[in-house]
Amino acid sequence: KLWFHFSLYKKVKTNFHERSYFCVSASAGLTDEQLATQELATRFAHNEMLPHMAQWDQKEEFPLSTLRAAAQLGFGAIYCKEDYGGSGLTRLDASIIFEALSLGCVSTTAYLSIHNMCAWMLDTYGSEELKARYLPDLATMEKCASYCLTEPGSGSDAASLSTTAVKNGDYYSITGSKAFISGAGESEVYLIMCRTGQPGPKGISCILVPKETPGVTFGAKERKVGWNSQPTRIVHLESAVVPVANRLGEEGEGFSIAMSGLNGGRINIASCSVGAAQASLDAVIEYTKTRKQFGSPIAAFQHTQFEIAEMAAELLASRLLVRNAAVALDTKHPDTVVLCAAAKLYATRNCLQVIDRALQLHGGYGYLKDYPVQQYLRDCRVHTILEGTNEVMRVIMARHLMAS
Amino acid sequence: MSMKILVGCKRVIDYAVKIRVRPDKMGVVTEGVKHSMNPFDEIAVEEAIRMKEAKKASEVIAVRCYSTIQQETLRTALAMGADRAIHVEVPAKDCENLGPAQVSKVLAALARREGASLVLLGKQAIDDDSNATAQMTAAHLDWPQATYASKVSSCDGKLTVTREVDGGLETVEVSLPAVVSADLRLNEPRYATLPNIMKAKKKKLDKLSLGDVGVELRQHLAVVAVSDPPTRQAGVTVDSVDSLIEALRHAGRI
Repeated sequence: KLWFHFSLYKKVKTNFHERSYFCVSASAGLTDEQLATQELATRFAHNEMLPHMAQWDQKEEFPLSTLRAAAQLGFGAIYCKEDYGGSGLTRLDASIIFEALSLGCVSTTAYLSIHNMCAWMLDTYGSEELKARYLPDLATMEKCASYCLTEPGSGSDAASLSTTAVKNGDYYSITGSKAFISGAGESEVYLIMCRTGQPGPKGISCILVPKETPGVTFGAKERKVGWNSQPTRIVHLESAVVPVANRLGEEGEGFSIAMSGLNGGRINIASCSVGAAQASLDAVIEYTKTRKQFGSPIAAFQHTQFEIAEMAAELLASRLLVRNAAVALDTKHPDTVVLCAAAKLYATRNCLQVIDRALQLHGGYGYLKDYPVQQYLRDCRVHTILEGTNEVMRVIMARHLMAS
Repeated sequence: MSMKILVGCKRVIDYAVKIRVRPDKMGVVTEGVKHSMNPFDEIAVEEAIRMKEAKKASEVIAVRCYSTIQQETLRTALAMGADRAIHVEVPAKDCENLGPAQVSKVLAALARREGASLVLLGKQAIDDDSNATAQMTAAHLDWPQATYASKVSSCDGKLTVTREVDGGLETVEVSLPAVVSADLRLNEPRYATLPNIMKAKKKKLDKLSLGDVGVELRQHLAVVAVSDPPTRQAGVTVDSVDSLIEALRHAGRI
């Protein structure tokens, strides 16, 4: 009786799955502070995100007020230094947070992680003046940020990008188009990777372009299979003029800045997949215990049990790989890039399979939008594609492994 | 007004967990099960912090009485804004006997030791639902009590407390020092923020023994058995209002 009152009070819908804690607990091995952080993120996800997740997806709503509420707790610039409002935490803390928030909505959490990545790039490579001007607003999410690398003509072959920035005195004039940009149209800050020099990666720079710059326009909002709580658009730049002071790092460093941002971005996206897989596993365990066929709960059938056991093992392996990569990044391990690629490759692929198997175990109900598993699946489907396709992750790993 | 507030924090099985009875039928499974701060205690912590923010209190001290394992409940209180914490350590074997009779003695001793003017507790813990600790603490201290508080305001050494009782809302005035127990609608506890979680690391957490507070634990209750509630029986469909009345009469309900 008390739980029922409390669940109403806490605005948590009585859910088809209660939070269950099994051997694959996300809390294993964490310090007191990490547990407190995880508890905070989980609670926020349960109360502020989960009840709205389906609506945000179906109505394609960008939940800016929820994002700002998350930023109030320190989730807007998790691993930025405290100088301009960052939380000064580690990549491992960020992984724990994004994993926990994903239960509430993968799409929104993924956008939050992209915003965090951009804030970090500014924090690490921007001038003090540029940081002072933009970071405080990014930390509170008064302003949102978008990462612009991909173009209609360059995806995996990112270094062949053709958006060009021509220098004229103290200004750059930027022309080109960026595709598949998360948050485009809503964000105020765009980190544009563009060509300032020779062909190839060494001719690329990273320049901060504010939304209101004349010459910046957006394409129509893309209609997507998932990630519907964040708008995705093409960003057009037609002689968009910004000060040279808006450049992050030196000319020619833009590609490595972009890649350095992506190392962390890969951990973040992988963490989202892990969180969604955990939520799906919890849901399906409860479902199989209640759903009866042929006179028993389907949880009594060995096939169900074996499926769930394998899913749990994949989930555990994914989480450990992701956290390992986070620690590698935090400690500047020499193999960081490869470890991040491995974690992203493994976790995004295997957690997607976990979610898919969870949907299958739900039977027909899994296909209905009344149940969250299908949304976790649709949202996580893109994780094997963006921030570097899983194919590119293999390229990165092979290059390292096969080097003579 | 430099009032010190003592707030009790109990670590209980998380409200969302499905409880399972232990095979020995002497309790519920707690191993490997998620625990968190008793929700009513969180509300008490929130109220204490609000009183401090309104400058009605000078210090909020979070206290817990249990074995040494798992400090995160007190850390949560510190992250919400409590100034410092006290953990009264009880040997693990004695923890099974910790009930309101024992804890209230400890709280009373701590209140005297710290010079607190207000002891704020949750009205009951969601594991044992005793709803007795606040009342017993007040008795030990010989202080007035205001339980099931849904509103607390303080003025000139007195508290005006609205209580949720069976008949509705009752408003009482208690003079300080006093014991108050928090009910569900007293407030909505804040989220700790990441900066506050990190700051909590640096706040003082003192460990005391039962000897330090001059309390000796005595067992007053013995658990006989713990079992699941009876499973819900199937109902019976009746075909008319007359049959319904007859069935109710037959079952002695009317």
